[in-house]
Amino acid sequence: MGIDQSLLPATKDEAGIVTTRLDEIVRWGRKNSLWPLPFGTACCAIEFMGVVSSKFDISRFGAELVRFSPRQSDMILVAGTINYKLAPVLKRIYDQIAEPKYVISMGACACSGGFYDNYATVQGIDQIIPVDVFIPGCPPRPEAILHAIIKLQERIDKEPVARRGQPRRHEVVEKFKDN
Amino acid sequence: MTSKDTPRHDALVADLKARFGARVLDVDRSFDDCAVVVAKDALHDVLAFLKSERRFNFLMDIAGVDCANLPTYRERFELVYVLYSSPDDLRVRVEIPVSELDMKVPTATDLWKSANWAEREAFEMFGFDFVGHPCLKRLLTHHEFVGHPLRKDYPIMGGQWCTSTSDMTEELNEPR
Repeated sequence: MGIDQSLLPATKDEAGIVTTRLDEIVRWGRKNSLWPLPFGTACCAIEFMGVVSSKFDISRFGAELVRFSPRQSDMILVAGTINYKLAPVLKRIYDQIAEPKYVISMGACACSGGFYDNYATVQGIDQIIPVDVFIPGCPPRPEAILHAIIKLQERIDKEPVARRGQPRRHEVVEKFKDN
Repeated sequence: MTSKDTPRHDALVADLKARFGARVLDVDRSFDDCAVVVAKDALHDVLAFLKSERRFNFLMDIAGVDCANLPTYRERFELVYVLYSSPDDLRVRVEIPVSELDMKVPTATDLWKSANWAEREAFEMFGFDFVGHPCLKRLLTHHEFVGHPLRKDYPIMGGQWCTSTSDMTEELNEPR
């Protein structure tokens, strides 16, 4: 945003004007009010609680308003093991989030199945939903989650405002489409 | 090595042998435990006897074993019932060999309610067919899952994509 000094109020009783571009202010709003939906299924969710709490304080990045309804959230934070029985549930919740929506995959299990290398565990949630940021670790440190949010904000800052809603990126998403 | 349970296990094994004779196939007393291998057709009688006359009021778990590739075994599968008596603080395992050609096993849900989910798990993981079970369907895997994943011939990485979600109304409406 550019601030034109000549349009700023001269006295405290005057209203001021800030000029900017529409897409810039939309991006500014999006990146600083990420309402997360914590999809916590394992110990990573405990680490997320630490990030939300006072010591690490996710609200410094505007993402403290945790919503447990996909209708009210912008960002789903998948924290924990996702097995094949849960996969359609996660997919359905992702579908219910309104655009624009973002996905953070937190921890080894969500990113790759972790050490659950077996018939029951999805080997990475990117097989079901498109992921914006992956966080490695088992579990990741709270700082890593904050880092992921900063990275996501950088990404939002660079992308076109109307990026979302374009054709889905992953073939497995197609498989679930008619469900 | 003996433990405080050894004399009581001795008495229990003697009881079972006196009552069920040759239908008690074997007794394993390793590690101060007591495991009684009985014939499949004696299973329900043995369990009922242990519950009603020896106060084993808690069925802790039912475990399946796929014995394929083991050096020695009676049948392809084995079922292990882990019992605990809270009044006597005593544990015992009852094991039966089960042929893969005849997976029918009498249910224990009429004796212990905890058998319900334990048998459903043994059913989905190994394919045991519990005759008389009120709701024998998959418990942990998805209802669209095909096969029995803890069998040794099931591929370990054989994940199956399932697409629907279940509302679990049947479980919620089960009589308690």
